[in-house]
Amino acid sequence: MAQLTMVKAINLALAEALRGDERVLVLGQDVGVDEGVFRATEGLLQEFGPNRCIDTPLAEAAIVGGGIGLALTGFLPVCEMQFDGFSFHAFHQVENHVRRLRNRTRGRYTCPMVIRMPYGGGIRAIEHHSEAPEATYAHLAGLHVALPSGPRLARAMLRTAIFGPDPVIFFEPKALYRAFREEVPDEPEEWPVGRGVVARPGEDVTIISYGATLRAALEAAEELQEEHNVDAEVLDLLWVAPLDEELIHTSVRKTGRVVVAHEAPRHCGVGAEVVARIVEHSLLYLEAPVRRVTGFDTIIPYFANERTYLPDAGRVVQAVLETVRF
Amino acid sequence: MPREPVRIPVSIDALSILRADGGVDHDLEPDLPAADLRRLFETMLLSRRLDERCLHLQRQGRIGTFGPSKGQEAASLGAAYVLEGRDWLVPSFREAAGLLWRGWPLDTFMYWWGGHEAGNIAPEDVNDLPMSVPIATQCQYGMGIAWGLKLRGQGAVCATFCGDGGTSEGDFHEALNFAGVFNLPLVMIVQNNHWAISIPRERQTASQTIVQKCIAYGLPGLQVDGNDILAVIAGVREAVERARTGGGPTLIEAVTYRLGMHTTADDPKKYRTDEEVKLWEQRDPLLRFRKYLRDKELLDDPVEQEIEEQITARLEAAVKLYLQVEVAPYEFFRHMYAEPTPELRRQEAELRAYLEKPQPAAAGQADYDRVR
Repeated sequence: MAQLTMVKAINLALAEALRGDERVLVLGQDVGVDEGVFRATEGLLQEFGPNRCIDTPLAEAAIVGGGIGLALTGFLPVCEMQFDGFSFHAFHQVENHVRRLRNRTRGRYTCPMVIRMPYGGGIRAIEHHSEAPEATYAHLAGLHVALPSGPRLARAMLRTAIFGPDPVIFFEPKALYRAFREEVPDEPEEWPVGRGVVARPGEDVTIISYGATLRAALEAAEELQEEHNVDAEVLDLLWVAPLDEELIHTSVRKTGRVVVAHEAPRHCGVGAEVVARIVEHSLLYLEAPVRRVTGFDTIIPYFANERTYLPDAGRVVQAVLETVRF
Repeated sequence: MPREPVRIPVSIDALSILRADGGVDHDLEPDLPAADLRRLFETMLLSRRLDERCLHLQRQGRIGTFGPSKGQEAASLGAAYVLEGRDWLVPSFREAAGLLWRGWPLDTFMYWWGGHEAGNIAPEDVNDLPMSVPIATQCQYGMGIAWGLKLRGQGAVCATFCGDGGTSEGDFHEALNFAGVFNLPLVMIVQNNHWAISIPRERQTASQTIVQKCIAYGLPGLQVDGNDILAVIAGVREAVERARTGGGPTLIEAVTYRLGMHTTADDPKKYRTDEEVKLWEQRDPLLRFRKYLRDKELLDDPVEQEIEEQITARLEAAVKLYLQVEVAPYEFFRHMYAEPTPELRRQEAELRAYLEKPQPAAAGQADYDRVR
């Protein structure tokens, strides 16, 4: 067992995959000599050499498009987009090919690749370095979309993503890369696609969140317990495509009150889909209208004001209390 | 038919006027007024001192991550000098010297690196776009601006910048292709500073030079010593004159070097040698230009001292302005659309209510009873 930060746990998952299977390749900008701008690929060039940990020219579309070809020839490419905002350079490859290859060849070809990227705000980064585009990708059928919130599951989910049969967009909450440590077991673990967890059990209200915002949700739950005597259950979705519907409905049917929290904008965000599923299948269990605590339908402000934009525990508490006091 | 060589008319020059050893090629030396030479030096030094001040502000935590232009001042400054007010300058993010020449206020740069949208606002009297971070994307709208200028038919041109890393992006190539096909008044300037974060120029492209990419798109190209402001001015002037008179686009490779880090978030010692940096420090555009001006007796210690003092005062004033900046927390709702949507108004009201109202009072037993 080791106490690891999330970025170290991701680094471990990459090393384990490269070590255990020669089909695995890591490619991207500055992933080799520089060991990744967040050090997620630390030590990989040294251990696995430049043919398996590959510094590419600066072209996201070629990293992803080339990754498709590598997948087609039997490799398991793990492509890195240096920042969320730059993933759009490769969007046409993801939309037109990564997600469609299995379907359009009627299963003759598949595209088992991972596209990793740091996502979200909170690190005082410049423009285009703080986006949360998970809903944009979740909207593309054919992709799985992962958003871990802690070291242990990040390592397990990345392993599942790398060796799974379908393409995965793997969002890494950069604000949590070094925020805390967690016990990570010696042996590699996997975590099933589409399965979330109860991050904090509770009886009175369900707070549904994922990624970096999960910290705000957990903090809010503590405050609700201590200050307001409200026992909140916090769900960590972990995957936003597919969604863990069973987890959601079980909790919602127990508590009857729901707040969904994420930092991405509200309009057509993951929260909208979660709430729609609740309304479709658990409406009659609800005691109060559902609430969403999200980023706003604007561009995330430059970092001087990003804290105002990002959901904090206070906004979650307020929404929960509105739900409870309805 | 036998196999025959495809005959492509190709001739690309490399232009250098002010050599690294301080010598000058007097045949090629542009005839610039003394006042302009002094202002160019002032601006180059101002850009260097702005860099140093921003690094200091970054270390103090007063701005965020900072990407210096150190060593690359001549490339953007020389180009900006050639442009007229009606022309457009479309920067990447290491063109501070050129933007300063165009009149961008010092505090604007601090706003930008300090996390304020105000860092994107161009002065009223120039047609410049703000810095562009997504690599090479600006090549496309720069090309589009040149297109619009051509359709307007008033002889204005657009100068667009990207780096050596940017030439690997599709946007760079697509923009050059359109510029060639539509014969647009575009001057595409690549600041080849040899490093895209940790990736050296040699790993960016297998071609011998960047300028030779002009051949593929049927454009003229010119490689200039990007640390030689006289060569940049002469080379860009040639390209701008061609563009202004209907002769179409030019690709210019300005060979320069990033003397500093990519940004304060990286450590260049990890990927390049001190020897390489030292070699390029000897080719520092500021030192070369200073020597040129001193040899021409346009600059001496007292004059330089006076310039330094003026710069210090300007920087002090800019820092003071920057540190006083106050942005309302809902300012980011502005400028999303011509008119905010009803939903956006509602969300802003929601945030205001949250920020301005006292936090909800503890309700304790009452909440417990409601839930159960």
